Amino acid sequence: MQTIFILIAVATGVGVIVFMSGLLTSLQANFIKRVLTSQPQIQLIPPDEVARPQLVSVGDLFVAAVVQRPGQRVRSIDQWQTIRDMLKTWPEIITVSPTVATSALAIRGAASRSISVTGIEPDVYFKIVRIPDYIVQGVPSISTDDVLIGTELAKDLGVGLGDKISVTAATKASRLLTITGIFDLGNKGANARSTYVALRTAQALANLVGGVTTIDITVTDIYAAETIAQSVQAATGVEADSWIKTNSQFFTAVKAQQSSNTLIRFFVGLSVAFGIASVLVVSVTQRSRDIGILRAMGTSQGQILRVFLLQGGLLGFAGSIIGAAAGGGSLMLWHTFSRQADGSEIFPLILEPSLFLYSVLLAAITGVAAAAVPAYGAAKLDPVVAIRG
Amino acid sequence: MVDATPVVRLEGVKKAYGVGSPVEVEVLHGIDLELKRGEFVALTGPSGSGKSTLLNIIGLLDRPTSGRLFIEGRETSGLNDTELTKLRGHSIGFIFQSHCLISAFTALENVMMPQLAAVEFPNEAIRSRSAELLIQVDLTRWQDNLSGNMSGGQQQRVAIARALAMNPALILADEPTGNLDTKTADTVIELMRKVNLKEGTTFLIVTHNMGIAHRCDRILEVVDGQIVKASTKV
Ligand SMILES: Nc1ncnc2c1ncn2[C@@H]1O[C@H](COP(=O)(O)OP(=O)(O)OP(=O)(O)O)[C@@H](O)[C@H]1O
Ligand SMILES: [Mg+2]
Repeated sequence: MQTIFILIAVATGVGVIVFMSGLLTSLQANFIKRVLTSQPQIQLIPPDEVARPQLVSVGDLFVAAVVQRPGQRVRSIDQWQTIRDMLKTWPEIITVSPTVATSALAIRGAASRSISVTGIEPDVYFKIVRIPDYIVQGVPSISTDDVLIGTELAKDLGVGLGDKISVTAATKASRLLTITGIFDLGNKGANARSTYVALRTAQALANLVGGVTTIDITVTDIYAAETIAQSVQAATGVEADSWIKTNSQFFTAVKAQQSSNTLIRFFVGLSVAFGIASVLVVSVTQRSRDIGILRAMGTSQGQILRVFLLQGGLLGFAGSIIGAAAGGGSLMLWHTFSRQADGSEIFPLILEPSLFLYSVLLAAITGVAAAAVPAYGAAKLDPVVAIRG
Repeated sequence: MVDATPVVRLEGVKKAYGVGSPVEVEVLHGIDLELKRGEFVALTGPSGSGKSTLLNIIGLLDRPTSGRLFIEGRETSGLNDTELTKLRGHSIGFIFQSHCLISAFTALENVMMPQLAAVEFPNEAIRSRSAELLIQVDLTRWQDNLSGNMSGGQQQRVAIARALAMNPALILADEPTGNLDTKTADTVIELMRKVNLKEGTTFLIVTHNMGIAHRCDRILEVVDGQIVKASTKV
């Protein structure tokens, strides 16, 4: 009976830990993955640009990549070709991708939508944001009169592959562009606003011939991004923002979450340990006569000690298996039922087997440790006293 | 070939409780005693005279305050707990007054227990030997019953089977029939005698029952921590 109660207690504790840790690692891993696969890790921007990529919400995978700027004040980075050629030679830098970003109005017949236009060099840009992977119709190739648009924009404007749309920038410059590819970035907002054109086309729209507004950079070690950004800034004199700096809020939040998680783990572990210990103390008392008999029959102190340590370990082990399963299960359940407004998942769930392994292992070790005192007491029982009762 | 080494030998064994404290009492005052192989000996005496204390010392459950104890010729004062436990497991079987089985185990498991304590890994031989021992004590059909559910007489027979499990040289019994009616007590003693004759196991039996004492080879009487009379039956 006590065994059942303590198993439930252990299971609850471990379940909570698994749930929280799973959530936190998923959150973090998805964020890091996004940084690795779909975001420049460093951006060079002209000095008086104010707009920064911002994390709108955890789920908005690509909104962060869309930099919105005031259209009128688009300025170029000085000497950007020289900067690019220099940065390309740095061993810690993988990709250097110049882009021009501007906002514009997309018009088709009577329908119009405001969009953000990103002018790119496809070869290098696609290494940072893998647009080709998200193309659902057409091809990811863009010549000077082509445009890639999102599924949502296509729907809003009522256009399809091969159709032409008119794009007018705030500079009043205007171009008629052919849709060569439609992508689905997995996010409604991004699908409605993001468009990609050739660098030259965007330069014309932004009235920025020969210039670029941003240089996107990816690096070999994403965690070194901030130090690299500082060297880049020192070397070029252009403001360089790393993803670490841009998303500092996220990291502060994760850090806070982690430390409270650690604290919770510690206290859950402690209460599990005391629970197991108290059950074993009672069990040793109840069975002291049996222990005495076992000792009289030639069972050594070491054997008695091991039996109780094992029992503690098993309690921790069994309880944590149930708890890990319950925690993992409820996390999946939670993941299934909590969706974004458009029904897409908030973020992909990452449940690493190592989380379960460590939880179970840790609980088993906690169980053994908790059993130490009662087990030692059992081993040291005087058989004469124990048998006399 | 008969081994002439006494199974048990005590030389001036004293036992005091509360040593060093103001309530120090000496319970055994220098016991000299020898039990030969195959002897069937009764230990009697008034309550509180020290019989159980003596038995526990011989059984290596307790240590004498002074004096020397030899089990099968081996001096025991220098042994540590692990060595004492091993020697106890291999050379000595116990039968206590009552409730000396582990009630959560079956009869068979109780008999297997001393053998399991002595090996690294359980094996089938232990089970079959234990089942055979239960046949010897006439409990074949009861082997899978929880020992807690068995009658007093049956429990003592399981205890005898268990005491025999390691084929010890010595079996110590502290009032093995104390809680049994006369008829059941008789069968239990008879069983012990049968084992004694068949296996040559030495028995030391604490009893208040003079009828039982007189069926033994020898009667030792303890009064106030001393053996006052050792009568040999004719
Ligand atoms: N742990 C102990 N601490 C102090 N005194 C003890 C302890 N154990 C036994 N005694 C004392 O030692 C004396 C002998 O006890 P013991 O149990 O050996 O007697 P006994 O002959 O077996 O008696 P009975 O026939 O009632 O079982 C008693 O006076 C008892 O009070
Ligand atoms: Mg007694």
